[in-house]
Amino acid sequence: MTTKVFTRQEWDRALKAVRESYKIFVPVKEGDFHNFRTMEEDTVPDFDFQNSRLSPKSIVYPQSERMFECLSDREDPEAGILKEAEKEYTPQAIVGIRPCDAHAFHIIKPNFDNPEYRDPWWIRRFESTVLVGLGCNEPCSTCFCTSVGGGPFHEEYLDVILYDMGDKFLAKGLTQKGEEFINKMTGGNPPEDAVLKEAEDLAASAAGKITSLVPTERLREKAVNDLFDAPFWEDVAFACINCGTCTYLCPTCWCFDIQDETWENHVDRIRNWDSCMFPLFTLEASGHNPRENKSQRVRQRFMHKLKYYVDKYEKGVQCTGCGRCVCYCPVNIDIRQVARLMDEYNAQ
Amino acid sequence: MQEYTEKIREVAKRLLQAGEVDVFIGYKKGSVPMMNEPILISDPQKADLLYWDSNCGLNLCTYLTKRTDRIGIIANGCNSRSIVNHIVENQINREQLYIVGIPCTGMIDYRAVNRAVDLREILDIEEATGRFTVKGKDFEETFEKKDYLQTNCSVCIHRNPVIYDEMVADKVEEQRDIEIFEDVRNIENMGSDQKWEFFTNMISSCIRCYACRNVCPLCYCPTCFVDESQPQWVGKSIDPTDTMTFHILRAYHCAGRCTDCGACERACPVGIPVRQFTKKLNKDTLEIFSWEAGLTMEQRPVLDVYRPDDYNDFIT
Repeated sequence: MTTKVFTRQEWDRALKAVRESYKIFVPVKEGDFHNFRTMEEDTVPDFDFQNSRLSPKSIVYPQSERMFECLSDREDPEAGILKEAEKEYTPQAIVGIRPCDAHAFHIIKPNFDNPEYRDPWWIRRFESTVLVGLGCNEPCSTCFCTSVGGGPFHEEYLDVILYDMGDKFLAKGLTQKGEEFINKMTGGNPPEDAVLKEAEDLAASAAGKITSLVPTERLREKAVNDLFDAPFWEDVAFACINCGTCTYLCPTCWCFDIQDETWENHVDRIRNWDSCMFPLFTLEASGHNPRENKSQRVRQRFMHKLKYYVDKYEKGVQCTGCGRCVCYCPVNIDIRQVARLMDEYNAQ
Repeated sequence: MQEYTEKIREVAKRLLQAGEVDVFIGYKKGSVPMMNEPILISDPQKADLLYWDSNCGLNLCTYLTKRTDRIGIIANGCNSRSIVNHIVENQINREQLYIVGIPCTGMIDYRAVNRAVDLREILDIEEATGRFTVKGKDFEETFEKKDYLQTNCSVCIHRNPVIYDEMVADKVEEQRDIEIFEDVRNIENMGSDQKWEFFTNMISSCIRCYACRNVCPLCYCPTCFVDESQPQWVGKSIDPTDTMTFHILRAYHCAGRCTDCGACERACPVGIPVRQFTKKLNKDTLEIFSWEAGLTMEQRPVLDVYRPDDYNDFIT
């Protein structure tokens, strides 16, 4: 696999040029925070960031996505015949994605791509995406990736990993896709041994900077009903206002709702992100709501991430430890504390 | 702030022990700096979890809606006004409440503090009278609190609770001669295209999470209009027209009821200054009807009543 060193200038130049082959997404500073945006001619990427406010999941799985469309005028012979909406699958690269957010795609995958169901849009877009990860030199105090199967320089779910070494980037190809991407990046030089050593030290020291340790090892062995009936849910849920901040910012929340929208003679069938925190999420046409109370909804979110997913897929928790929900929950409900409550819980 | 915390704990313990209230609602210290978590306590032994500092910027009245038990609750100026509004709108009975009044000196604008340290991660905050110190990995900086107040707090003229059963401390002096609506006036002076552009840009990052709506004590409708499907008033995608419809209607539903507590702005995960909508309505109700929400239980909210001599110059 190829490893190259780029000066920052070389990197910026190569990134601009590689837009001929890929649609490039980069972190861009927008006011007080960063988000991933398409790199245009005048876009200024900013790789000096901790993480983007919104996770880059929307690049593969947009918040609102047109699935089908049709005409509604009954006179029209084509009326009511749903046709797949036009989609774009140009090769794209998310440059600067954090290893935790790349891990998220791996966690989401079994929902969209499994022996029973294959979501063609998610799969095709994911397959056309290169994940060019940026290791975290300075993880936040709210990050807990090392507790959930990741790490600040975790390579497993990336195609390329970048080491930010101040005035230069070291880029290491990890997969065939990544290799192709690096080869299309013009410039750069093979690294000297000293640079490789420096990169190794950087990664080792970053892992030691993770201060949030969250126990999740015993979740698998707990009985579902014990956790479901645990006495702490009312307390955990009290502060919750049932907004969608945690689920919308989360890189691993995948739920959606399908809506038809009409405009003049045109009908769009759209899927929109949905949130298990909203009472509407489970409201049935009869008027019955199986999760009528907020504590039921809050319990659902944590049980799904930390128990149902664990049991169903046997690949750990449905959480990458990115810490977004910890930082931005407006009422400070902290998944680290809830995971601890669940992991330590023993039914009487 | 430490004195407030101790007093709150003492009162909560006393009320719960004496059985004067069934539950007590306050804050506990948050797990991340500049964030505290609303908490409900029924066991007097747990009263020591209660906490108060200048990062208690939500509105606890939100947690009162339709409760049927007897509740002790802490309330500063804006929260107490929302409670008055809740009582007038029959969402809670005065008799159910034991209000522990907090003379407030304003909440810290955590976004402004983050900006002041160049968005470096803040690991700890310590507050002393009138100032606070934030610490990060390689820095420590002290700021005057008055320079970092939430924008709603810097123009607040009702810092003391308007309704209470006991106070945790003596009342604080109210701010006077404040230019409350300067930002609104700036928008009023724009042309209509410019206004449209201003508001369109302002909400362009909205993700429709509804944190602004849900954190607000005024938004207690069993089904919000955005959630209705028959008829469906507004689309559910992130189409800008639908998002604007949500924001404008949300604001209008708050007309004459908003106490400018700032919880909506504080809660927004993408930092939209949503008060720019509600503040205009607050200004209008003040200028046209001499009305500020939640100051009295003797009067119906301004848009609840009709009087023949009401302002009606808009009818042509």
